[in-house]
Formats: sequence, structure tokens, C-alpha cells
Amino acid sequence: MQYSGLRVIWEGLTGQKGWGPMWRDPAPKTTYDMVIIGGGGHGLSTAYYLAREHGITNIAVLEKGYLGGGNIGRNTTIVRANYFLPGNSEFYSHSLKLWEGLEQDLNYNVMHSQRGLINLFHSDGQRDAFVRRGNAMINQGDDAILLDREGVRRYLPYLDFDNTRFPIYGGLYHPRGGTARHDAVAWGYARGADQRGVDLIQNCEVTGIDIENGRVTGVQTTRGAIRAKKVGIVVAGRSSQVAAMAGMRLPIESHVLQAFVTEGLKPVIDHVVSFGMGHFYISQSDKGGLVFGGDLDFYASYAARGNLPMVEHVMEAGMALMPMIGKAKVLRSWGGIMDMSPDGSPMIDRTHVEGLYLNCGWNYGGFKAVPASGHCFAHLMATDRPHEAATGFRLDRFATGRGLMDEEGTGAQHNLH
Amino acid sequence: MSQSHRIDGGQIDRSRTFRFRFDGVGYNGHPGDTLASALLANGVRLMGRSFKYHRPRGPMTAGSEEPNALVELRTGARQEPNTRATVAELFDGMRAQSQNRWPSLRFDALSVNDRLNTFFTAGFYYKTFMWPAAFWEKVYEPIIRRAAGLGSLSAKHDPDVYDKGFLHCDLLVIGAGPAGLMATLTAGRAGLRVILADEDFRMGGRLNAETFTIGDQSGAGWAEATVAELASLPNVRLMPRTTVIGAFDHGVYGAVERVADHLPEPAPGQPRQILWRIYAGRTVLAGGATERPIAFPDNDRPGILLAGALRAYANRWGVAVGKRVAVFTNNDDGWRTAHDLAAKGIEVVAVIDPREDGPEAGSLRAIRGGEVVATKGRLGLTEITVRSGKGRLETLRVEALGVSGGWNPNVNITSHHRSRPVWDEDIAAFVPGAGGPPGLMAAGAAAGRLSTHGALASGQAAALEVAEALGKQATADTLPQAEDAPVNIRPLWQVAKEGRAWIDQQNDVTVKDVKLAHQENFTSVEHLKRYTTLGMATDQGKTGNVLGLAIMAELTGRSIPETGTTIYRPPYTPVAMGALAGRSRGREFKPFRLTPSHKWATEQGAVFVEVGMWLRAQWFPRPGETHWRQSVDREVLQTRKSVGICDVTTLGKIDIQGTDAGAFLNRVYANTFATLPVGKCRYGLMLREDGIVYDDGTTARMGENEYVMTTTTANAVGVFRHLEYCRQCLWPDMDVQIISTTEAWAQFSVAGPNARNLLEKIVDQDISDAAFPYMGAGNVTVCGGLRARLFRISFSGELAYEIAVPTRYGDALIRRLVAEGKEFDAVVYGTEALGVMRVEKGHVAGNELNGQTTALNMGLGKMVSKKKDSIGMVLSQREGMVTEDGLRLVGVKPVKPDGKLEAGSHFLPIGARPVLANDGGWLTSKVYSPHLGCDIALGYLKGGTDKIGQRMRAVNLLTGLDTEVEIVSPHFFDPEGERLRG
Ligand SMILES: Cc1cc2nc3c(=O)[nH]c(=O)nc-3n(C[C@H](O)[C@H](O)[C@H](O)COP(=O)(O)OP(=O)(O)OC[C@H]3O[C@@H](n4cnc5c(N)ncnc54)[C@H](O)[C@@H]3O)c2cc1C
Repeated sequence: MQYSGLRVIWEGLTGQKGWGPMWRDPAPKTTYDMVIIGGGGHGLSTAYYLAREHGITNIAVLEKGYLGGGNIGRNTTIVRANYFLPGNSEFYSHSLKLWEGLEQDLNYNVMHSQRGLINLFHSDGQRDAFVRRGNAMINQGDDAILLDREGVRRYLPYLDFDNTRFPIYGGLYHPRGGTARHDAVAWGYARGADQRGVDLIQNCEVTGIDIENGRVTGVQTTRGAIRAKKVGIVVAGRSSQVAAMAGMRLPIESHVLQAFVTEGLKPVIDHVVSFGMGHFYISQSDKGGLVFGGDLDFYASYAARGNLPMVEHVMEAGMALMPMIGKAKVLRSWGGIMDMSPDGSPMIDRTHVEGLYLNCGWNYGGFKAVPASGHCFAHLMATDRPHEAATGFRLDRFATGRGLMDEEGTGAQHNLH
Repeated sequence: MSQSHRIDGGQIDRSRTFRFRFDGVGYNGHPGDTLASALLANGVRLMGRSFKYHRPRGPMTAGSEEPNALVELRTGARQEPNTRATVAELFDGMRAQSQNRWPSLRFDALSVNDRLNTFFTAGFYYKTFMWPAAFWEKVYEPIIRRAAGLGSLSAKHDPDVYDKGFLHCDLLVIGAGPAGLMATLTAGRAGLRVILADEDFRMGGRLNAETFTIGDQSGAGWAEATVAELASLPNVRLMPRTTVIGAFDHGVYGAVERVADHLPEPAPGQPRQILWRIYAGRTVLAGGATERPIAFPDNDRPGILLAGALRAYANRWGVAVGKRVAVFTNNDDGWRTAHDLAAKGIEVVAVIDPREDGPEAGSLRAIRGGEVVATKGRLGLTEITVRSGKGRLETLRVEALGVSGGWNPNVNITSHHRSRPVWDEDIAAFVPGAGGPPGLMAAGAAAGRLSTHGALASGQAAALEVAEALGKQATADTLPQAEDAPVNIRPLWQVAKEGRAWIDQQNDVTVKDVKLAHQENFTSVEHLKRYTTLGMATDQGKTGNVLGLAIMAELTGRSIPETGTTIYRPPYTPVAMGALAGRSRGREFKPFRLTPSHKWATEQGAVFVEVGMWLRAQWFPRPGETHWRQSVDREVLQTRKSVGICDVTTLGKIDIQGTDAGAFLNRVYANTFATLPVGKCRYGLMLREDGIVYDDGTTARMGENEYVMTTTTANAVGVFRHLEYCRQCLWPDMDVQIISTTEAWAQFSVAGPNARNLLEKIVDQDISDAAFPYMGAGNVTVCGGLRARLFRISFSGELAYEIAVPTRYGDALIRRLVAEGKEFDAVVYGTEALGVMRVEKGHVAGNELNGQTTALNMGLGKMVSKKKDSIGMVLSQREGMVTEDGLRLVGVKPVKPDGKLEAGSHFLPIGARPVLANDGGWLTSKVYSPHLGCDIALGYLKGGTDKIGQRMRAVNLLTGLDTEVEIVSPHFFDPEGERLRG
């Protein structure tokens, strides 16, 4: 069914009777051409592009809970293409371009809002690094504008410019950066994949990966065995556990990242703002809640909940940057399990098992990657060749030292990225 | 204005009158009132507008779960949006405004949305606003944003002060109703250290809102007496106005105390709120229960309240929400409301009970098997239509309707560790499930024990269990007599009738939306919530979640437990961000670290700069200097000409001692340290495990087993932590002790041709070149006996020393050095001049040590010794890290002397387009060199060593700068290093 404004009006006039299910709930078949483990953003977009770009539709996405219940529905929704290291640059640039046509492509309003992202800097050294980054972004074909202090004040007059511990020197403005509605992204891809014949199987946990003579032959699940010629692992925070089913030990650590939303407020923050002297980034959702987050909780954990010290740390940074938010009330907090990689960048690659593919290591930044990750992973699974925008995401780069993409420069200490 | 709806009784102080304003209109109330009770007493039912349809709303509850009566409290910078009128304690002079309406609460233009409701269903926005693509940011989104949101922030800096504190106790009791009071009393009498926290300003919980008795007292009277006894126990801390917001790991609870929210404004110095981190041995959750509504058409009008709230207003606040009322209840508790109101002389026109077998009606009129099927009254309820069991329709004129669909135990905090509540058929509600926070147990209504006796008994039992677990003797005193009525309920979730029936009132989620979600296959609870926004309003689903879930269960034909439940997350009620931040904001966000010469530098009028947590002198302007460059150039030139002094205390200093100290250094540094003789220092390069350069600095051997390491300012903490990790985790067998001495020593660099001459005037020992050669290090004394450390090292490329004295002598030393330096025209220089001199010498610093570069990139590849193993050595030799065409550190000079350079610019070949393929690297640091008379820079250039002498462009696309440059050696000044050894 095609969605449109007219359709909304028509259904309104006729009692909303015409809307069908957004996706089916099929029972799993015993055999598929391909199985995608994980019904998060990346798994769903992979299935969508496999069907749309490569005509492969005999696919199942196996999700242990409900579709979109993992990190795709827990993030702070920032979408940007402001990476500066080769490998990342071209990938996120590719992703942003896919975002820019996503609503029309999916026929689903994911509310991708290019409201502009401003990264603040607070010292000469930080400015120099942002100038380097901004130039890399433009060289890549993306957009960046250097703002001085007064430039920042024009956009963000509510920041504390006078009584601050770390004065605001300026900011790097990325006008095409912004946010999107996270659930809608999952649902839009799910609906698109389902419409093209992909089976989305919920409440179906993969418990084993079947391998014969070095080839994958299928998976074991809580809803029975499913055979498949190719299997893609796209399980974010659970990557190490699922890859272990195929005898792999991934260089991934799972950590908790918390996020927060306040009660609804009338528009007050129009951009995405990120603080350079404390981990803090914030935007305001279309519903009016301030959505923000900060650092990892620092210890490896699968608990999907955070602790108070990091809550305080995040709020302190927020209040230091924009003391007008003191009377905004935090409504909810939650945690997601982050698949932290040694260089802070992801992997989209084959594995030592033939027919088994891996997509992981998204850290705290895989939301913006959802379109390109699915697009490139689908390409890899369908053609066995990496997509040109994702040639850098090799699993062996840690062994060879070639093409490491440590944007933060913190090294193979997962919790510091 | 008269308090037209005030009746007798209640716990308000009628001897005093408060004046307050709501939307500019003045009213009277009393101490003990909330804003909502006072407005209701004045006959005001309309207090807000809903989120989506802008429906007129009044309070639905009398507590913190209130979804409708949200107002902006106070004005100016203290304006607080989304304040629940139902818990806002009235004070004299209070000012409140309604919100999310325009132009006024009574006439809200956006209530047109309500007319358009047939289109604005759940999730309609996912299906439209897609065309044309460019319209989203420009047209649709701005309109949506403006219509959305509730109250407004003032956009001014929050002027209030917030505080934080820690508390420790054996037992934390959350909630001061009968269960919590009894638990506290039992544990308190047994001598346990107990904290009793309650969000209300008056302890007693439901007892304050009820008429029943405990023993021979009224419930409220018993509560008051018990609180009085508890107040007399030194081991019990009573914390009213304190909300426990979350259960975190290891028995840590967050709690927010509202210290001054009930005052017009905080007294000077008084915090508005305090965040308490409570470390509790055990916890009893006695947080009570929350009533839930029933879905029937137009069940959201001002004047329709939960039945328990209706009687709370009457019993606790002496307010008749309406003079003619009805009650709609599917359980016996709703009848209490009818009886209590009738006893207060309020006209109860009917009790509508869908059950045929409800309790005895007494003198009340019961409509058994009945349901409310319609309501009227645009800005406040005027009538309801009731369908009797026999199907007869009847219209009743009422001002208020009390609705009870049953009570949900407040299990929220039990699921903060993601434990799922379980369904209890008997009370038709969720009760705490297994796997809650360790050490926490629920009691009273929170545990599903909904009678007063049940609350007292379970509170006592919980306390006894805690006492026993903690090895304390507690006695089970005889419980006072209290009602023990069973929960008689027959679930009724929705009234089958055309029309819109609200589930989540604030977010305007109706039964139709749940149906639509079902139709579109959003049937899992989480999908239901996310698609319809059910439970995402400011009440966090406290009023609507279970109802919505139950209706979904009816639609799918599954049971409620099969349908599931969403779990609750902190905070229990929304918390001001200011409270969670406390005092760490503004200038107090992070502490300042001041150097030992700070006072002196301030006297000199130095300009300071933040370097991490430090404040360092950036330059020292002299009279007549109008531009910072004049000061910096002078400092550089004078240092190189004669002598300059700089405070370098901020560099990390780590004392390393033990018989294995040398071997330890050999492992943590990439270059060899085993051969360093006593009395010498050496430049050390430290790699990370992944082979990337981590830090650099000099380390001196002060004695056989004594070393002093210096680190960069930026990495001082990180390196220390790294060394601790190595020592404790990697090589626990090594005999190595380390201590950070960064704060213990004041250290100054003395550099320039006259450095030795100056130092000779204060150092007591012989420091001639022979006695103290280049890279010498040792303990000396200065000024006639003060112990000091001296290192002959140089960052500036000059003959230079660093001299360190115990920090308390730092101020004296700078003054002495300056005084003695007069004869040499010594200057004191700041970080800018330091930076200029290090770039002139091609030394790497923060911008080059950016955590992404190898020793090879820096031109220091030879320093990584392969003769020994050290951290990072193996991985630094990975094939991808030793490529010849990799980045190399180079120097950069503009071809034309007046050409400008900017750090961060990228290298492009001459004539090449700025695209990634042509990108050759970037400029890391740029300074103006007064010696070369032009801008100079360092940079990383692909294959840079082979490009020395070539020309390229340094392009900054952000500023439009495009300068032709020559690639040179990074050693701009004195490349042979002759001055060093002078
Ligand atoms: C608090 C927070 C803030 C963030 N902020 C941002 C941001 O602002 N911008 C940004 O770009 N990114 C952000 N991210 C990161 C981003 O959300 C993730 O990188 C991305 O969503 C991960 O990919 P995914 O959507 O496929 O993961 P998920 O949604 O987690 O999907 C993985 C799925 O695999 C399923 N699964 C796991 N094991 C199995 C099994 N054995 N069998 C079957 N199914 C299984 C899981 O149930 C899950 O649904 C944030 C993340 C968090 C937690």
C-alpha cells in the first residue's frame, strides 16, 4: 500500500479501515537463500537492499525480540557525515546521500531533519583539529562551515558564553547534519523489505550457526532450525556472542551507553549541538523532548542499563554548556549495548566461514550508518565483493595495521572511543 | 475570589490565606493546599490542554502521576514548565500560567486539531509530509514543532543553586504510607539506621486522603503520631519532599529533595533541590498504588477524575471538585469515594458499577451493570450519559465524575534493573516480579497488599526480615486494628461504544489508536508504545499503560500476561536537569588547577589560557604592546638572545622507584632505558599497545633505583593510569612503585644563552658544562640549601634547564629568578612563545601527538628499539604501519614570506582540485617565527621525506586560504643543535 497525504485524508474519511499490517508475521520456513540475524536498523536495511537492489527476496530476518527493539530504537538519532579518515569519510558520505532520499525511497516518513550540527571547540588545538576535519569533509564532497565565537552566538544564543569554565572559541557547522526518527527508520525498512517478500521473523533467537566443511549451512533458532546458503550477522551489541557460535573471537567489547529525554518543551534548541569539553550532545525532538547523551558507562556490560555517576556527568556537562536547561526535567533514561571496536570504526566483511558475513563494530555511531551499512552489506552478501564505499571496513585491519580508522585517536581501548 | 468549592475538613491551615495567580487571575488558598486543590476550591477545573488535540483538561489525579494539569510555574528565569499543579505546594504570591495553548486556555486556536482527529491518528505522520522532499525542514517540521511540546523554558540561565550529597543507611524505606511508616517504625525501634523518603510534603500517604481508622485514631492521626515518634529516634532520618528516582547498581539509590520549591524563591545560598546518593543496605519499596481509569467516550473532560483523587480532594484538602458528582467504578474501592463524598454533604447522584454484584449501596443510588457511555461539557463536565444493565440510557447532570478501573501497584522501581512485573489475577494488576534490585523488597500496596491492614502487616514483616538479615533484634509489636477489605474487582477496560475514549490523556492516545496499531500489526507492547506514543507522556505511562495493554490484549485475544508489559526506567518522576548536575556548572564545571607562579603571573597582567584543567600564562603583555604577537615575538626573541623563564609545572611528573624501575621503563618506553646512567636524563617515546605513539617526555635517573618521569600536560593522568595498569595487572611481580608528583614540584624552564649564568646565581652547586653536561640530571640545592631538582633539557632548542623546587617555594622561586634575571634582561614567557620555539625546533606536541600517528610518521621511527620488547613494539611493526608512502612529519614555509598559513589546512599538489584523491595530508601546528620572519608550520604529508624541497599548496577550504608552500625539514632553527650544548 502506498502512503501519501491523500491516503491519510481518504482513510480519515472512511474510518481508517483500509490500512493493512505494516508487515506480515510469517512463520519461519525451513529454508531460505539468505538469513539475516538481527532485526535492528542494519539487519532490516540489509534485507531491504538485498531485495531492492539485488532481487534476492527469499530471505528471512531473524529477530530475537521485536523488530527495532535494540539500539536502533535507543539512540540519540544524530545523522551526520563529518568523519575525516579515509574509509569512514566516503562511507558516511554515501550514507548521508541515501538518507537524503530515504523518505521517497521507502515511502515512509522517517523525519530525517537536516537541521544542522554544530560541534563546539574550546581551544586552539581543538580548532586546528576541526579545521583539519572540515577540510576533509569538503574534500569528500560534504559540507562544513567554520564558525567563530560570534558565529556560534548567532545560532546558539542560549549557550553560556560568559561564565564558563571552558570558553567557546567557535564551532564546526555541518548544515546537512541533523536527526531522524529512529523507530520510523526501522519500521520503514521493515515495511519495505516485507513488501518485497522478505520474511521478518520476530521472537526468534538464533542459538547456533551450522557449519559444514567450512561452509555455513544454516542456523539453529528458538523456533527451529533454518537452512540458508548465506548468513549475515548483524546483531550490534550481541556481536561477540553470536560470532562465537561460529567459533570466532571478535575484537569487540560490549559497553553500556545511556541516553536521556526530557519532558516535551516548546521549540528551544533548533540544531544538534555537541560540547567539546565534556561528552555531551543534544537536540530537540519534533515532539519537544530534549534528547541527549554523553559518555559510555566505561565498564563492559550486557545489562542495557546505566548508573548514576554517568547520569550526573552528562547533566553537569549540559548545565555547563547551556544553563537554561536546568529546569527541563529528565523524563526517561535508558541504556543500549554498544558494540565497541578497537579503532572505533565498524566492520563489514566476510569471515573465515564461507557464506558467513559479519556487520558489526558500530560503537555509538551506527544510526547514521543504517542506510549505507545495509546497502553495502547487501552488496557484499549478494556479490561477494565489498561495495566501493565500504572497502575500508575489513576485519583484518587490526592484524595488518592497514587502514585503521581511529577518529578519536584513543587507541584499542574500547571504552575510550 | 471566594473559594466556592471549599468544604469542611482537610489538612489545610485555614487560619492563614495565600494569594496566588493563575493566568493572571487572583485566587485565595491556604497552607497545605496544592495549586490544583486551591484552584479546584475556587471552582476552576480547566487547567491545561492536551498535547496533540489541545483538548481542554483539568486534573485527573491528586499526585505526581498527573498527566493533565501541567502549568508553567513562576516567571522570568525561574519559570518552570510542565509543573504538576497537583503536587505544586501553594505559597503566598504564587504565579502560574497555563501552557501549550494560544491565545488563551479557554480559546485555543490549535484545538482545531481535535476537529481533525479523524486524520491525526496514531502514526499518521509516518505516512505523509514526504512530498516535496525539501518541504520537511522548511515547512512541515517547523509547523509540527511549534504545535508540539508542552511548556516553555525561559531560555535564560537557570539562576537556582542545586546541591548534592551522600547518605548511608541500613534500610531505605521509599514511601511513608501505612506500609512505609510501619516498616520504618519497626526497624527504627530495633535501632537500624533508617531513611524514610516520601515525595509528598506531608507524610502518611493514602492515610491523609482516607477516612478510615487505625486503632482508635483516624488514619491521618495515626500517621501524624507515628511520624512524631520517628522524628524522636536519632537513628531515623525523615525526608519529606524527597522522591527516590531510581535504583542503581550496588544498592545505590538516587533521590531528589525539593528544598525550596514550596517557597517563593530559595533563600540566599539555599539550594532549590538536592540530589542524594543513598547507599542502602536494604530497601523497602512502600510506594503505594496508582489508580487507573476506564476508557469510555469523552472520558477526558475537566471534572472527570480518578475516584481516589476525587475523595482525596475532599478528605485531605476540603474541596468538592463538583457539587453534584457521580462515581463510575468496577471495584469496591470506588464506592468509598461515593460514601466519603456523601458523608461530606456532597450530592452523589449515582454510583455506576458495571458489576451486578457490587457492594451494598446503602442510601446511595446504584446503577448496577451500568456504564458511562457519553459525557458533555466543553470546558468542564456538565453531564454524563449512563447505560444501565438493562440497556436504558439516562442522562445525569454532574459537575464531577470519579472513575476507578482498579489500582496498579507502583512497581516501577522494582523494574529499574529490568525485572518484569507479573500479573496478579486477584487484584487484576501487575505486582513486582522476580529479579528486582538486590536487597529491595516491596511492601503494602506496592506489593499488591491493598488493604490498610495488609500494608501495616507487610511493612512490619519486611522490616523484621531486614533486621534479621542484618543481625539486629526487632520485635513484632501487635499491629493496630485497621480495615482489611478484600479487593473486589471485575476488570472493565473499555466501554463498547462509538466515540473517542482516552487511554493516555496527555498524549491523546485513544482506544481507536490502539485498534489501529493492532490493525497495522504493531501488537507487541513495545511497538504499541512506540507507534501510538502510549505511555511516553510526562506521567511515563503511570495512568494509561496497563489500560492500553489490556485493550491490546482484548484485541489480540491473548491474556494480559501473554501480551506482556513495558518495564519502567529511571527516573520515577521527571527530575530537573539542574538537580542532577548540582554545582558542577559555570566556572565550577571542573576545578581549576593553578600553577605555582599563578599569583605572580596575575600580578604581571598575564593573559591566561585553559590547558586541560590548568590555567597557564599564555603571554605577558608589556606596556605599549597592543597585539598579542608583539608580546610573543618579544618573549621568543629575548629568550633566544639572552634568557627566558617559563612555568612548566603542568607537565606530568611521576616518581618511579624500586629495584625493577629501570626494567619497567624499558618496557613502557619504546626506546632503550636500561642503559641510562645515574645523573642523566633521556627523551622517551611511549607507544600504546596498538603501536601508535601515546606520549613523550624525558625521564631522569636520580639514583640507582630512582627515576623521575615527565609526561605531556595533556596525558599526565592517562600515562599515570597506564603505568599503574602495567605495574599492577601486566607485571605484578616487578618491584616498582610509582607516585604522581605533578603537584609536589614547582618546575620552571630556564632557557637561552644566559640560562646557566642565571641559574648559577641561585644553584648552590657547580653547574658548569663539565659538572652538569647536556642531559644531566640531579638533586641540588638552591638559595642556600633549599632542596631542588635540576635537569638540563630543552624544548626550545636553547641551552636550557628545568629547575624544580617543592611547590610551596614555587612562588618564591619565580620571584627570585626574575629578580636575579634583571641583569640579563630575562623574560618570562608563556605557552605561545613556548609553542613558537618548539615549532621552530620541529618538536612534536599535542597537535602532532594526536593518537593517530606512529613514530615513523613523526620521523622518530629509529627510536623504536627492536632489540627489546616494549609496549606497542610488536604492533607498531605491522605491515600497514611501516609503509614508505605513509605520512611523515615535515616543515612548511610559505613561498612568499608574507604568505599566510593556517593549522588544519590540507596539502594539495599545485593545480590539483580539492578532492579526497588529491589530499596529501594536513598542517598540524602553525606559528609565526620571528626568526624566520614568516609563518611556519609542521604537518603530516604523505611520503613527506621525499618531498622536502618541493612546492605544494596549503589549502583551507573553510576560510578560503590557498597558499603556495615549500616543504622543508621540520627543524627550522639551529638544525644541528649547537645552541643546546652551549
Ligand atoms: C544511547 C545510544 C545513543 C546512540 N546515539 C547515536 C547517534 O546519535 N547517532 C548514531 O549514528 N548512532 C547512535 N547510536 C548507535 C546506533 O544506535 C547503533 O550503532 C545501531 O543502531 C546499531 O545497529 P542496529 O540498529 O542494527 O542494532 P540493533 O538495533 O541493536 O539491532 C541488533 C538486533 O539483533 C538482535 N539480536 C541479537 N542477538 C540475536 C540473536 N542471537 N538472534 C536473533 N536476533 C538477535 C537484537 O535483538 C537487536 O534487535 C546510539 C546508540 C545508543 C545505545
